[in-house]
Amino acid sequence: MEKIGSLPMIKPKGPLWVNAEITYKCPLHCVFCYNPLDYASTFKSELSTEDWLKVFKQSRDLGSVQLGISGGEPLMRDDVEIMVSEASQMGYYVNLLTSGIGLTEKRISAFKEGGLGQIQLSFQDSTKELNDFLSSTKTFELKSKVAKLIKEHDYPMVLNVVLHRLNIDHIDQILEMAEAMGADHVELANSQYYAWALKNRAYLMPSEEQLRKAEETTNRFREKIGNKMKLYFIVPDYYANRPKACMNGWGSVFLNVAPDGLALPCHEARMLPGLTFPNVRDHDMEWIWNESPAFNAYRGDSWMKEPCRSCDERATDFGGCRCQAFQLTGDAANTDPVCDKSEHHHIITEQIELAQKPQPPAADIKPIIFYRDDKNSKALIEENT
Amino acid sequence: MSDGTLVKDKLLSLQKQFRFQWEPAQESYVLLYPEGLIKLPGSSGEIMKLIDGSKSVDMIVAHLEEQFPGVDLKDDVLDFLEHAYGKNWILTDD
Ligand code: SF4
Ligand code: SF4
Repeated sequence: MEKIGSLPMIKPKGPLWVNAEITYKCPLHCVFCYNPLDYASTFKSELSTEDWLKVFKQSRDLGSVQLGISGGEPLMRDDVEIMVSEASQMGYYVNLLTSGIGLTEKRISAFKEGGLGQIQLSFQDSTKELNDFLSSTKTFELKSKVAKLIKEHDYPMVLNVVLHRLNIDHIDQILEMAEAMGADHVELANSQYYAWALKNRAYLMPSEEQLRKAEETTNRFREKIGNKMKLYFIVPDYYANRPKACMNGWGSVFLNVAPDGLALPCHEARMLPGLTFPNVRDHDMEWIWNESPAFNAYRGDSWMKEPCRSCDERATDFGGCRCQAFQLTGDAANTDPVCDKSEHHHIITEQIELAQKPQPPAADIKPIIFYRDDKNSKALIEENT
Repeated sequence: MSDGTLVKDKLLSLQKQFRFQWEPAQESYVLLYPEGLIKLPGSSGEIMKLIDGSKSVDMIVAHLEEQFPGVDLKDDVLDFLEHAYGKNWILTDD
């Protein structure tokens, strides 16, 4: 991509990366889940197998090469096998993102046969399951079984662990478990504050001290274990003074399709007001990517306001994340408040100050935490209608 | 895991997790791997095409010299293969 001088109005031919959120159904209830709060509203309008294959084919014709199959828990659907094999025949590199629940010998063999490229296993622990998780019982046994299946089928073990205030102090145990499971890559990413995680932000944001310790522990572990297991530690963006280059720019490389067929420039964009996101049931991918007003809304830099508009870093971070700007400042075209040049940056620093204060132990805050479950989602839908 | 030196008479194959193919949209050969893509334009793609588990470095050089007679391409081919090996895109058969 050209990045010389001012940002051109980039209209790439097609998204390189397509993520298919094939269902928001999920047996888990992670407090940091990035699925939309009203995810339960999609249950009755999920795309069919044929719809998905059509989406894959049309995007592939536009030049998409990476396909993510995610959710919810994608394995809640029984047609993942067909999607994997059809998509890899089309020429995609297919990535499956799963909690591992529902991954049986039979299914993984079919995925392998169908040409699945990699499996990313997420290790989610809601506080509900925190004790269970840390005392190495049910969850760990299940994960170990799945990890073994993954290795037996000659896939590298890629483990994603979402860190937050309530589990970050146990990072040494988490790393030991990862080692015991034979993980090859471990991503320790701090929760990002969208959707359910934003609702629970006050309980999820680690203190600076917690972060520092966790990073130290990770570094020590890395030294000990060497090349056998690659570790990545990702701090929450609230602790930075420049925003992340969200999605590498709006409508630049990434396209997400939600279970109900809504095409989105990122997982979270559904929440943005004033934009009508196109549905793959009504439009083809070529129109969606190149012509739809929603995908063009924040391309390039003509939509930017000050301070981004005249900032020489705008080709590096694209002004940050539109959803974060909207969530925290009320206007998606504002500078992401993580940036210390933003007039709204105090929103971030206030949260960080709050996170330095001691909080009650996990067990005591249970009733306040919002579990990502169908009951809460339906209640939130009603609240907003 | 590579230790940086590429032994010339061992058979080369593509790293298990990689997928090599022609991409019409990019008008180039590409390597696909988890969540990523490497473009291999021009000769790099032509070299990579020959890595199929049945040829060593020497055989690949010989093959290309036959394909493009009179062109001195040995050093370029070696450079590229060493680069690919160092990056773990390709493996030797040991
Ligand atoms: S984050 Fe947790 S609850 Fe949300 S989809 Fe993933 S596994 Fe399910
Ligand atoms: S002002 Fe905007 S473009 Fe400049 S660094 Fe901050 S977010 Fe990035």
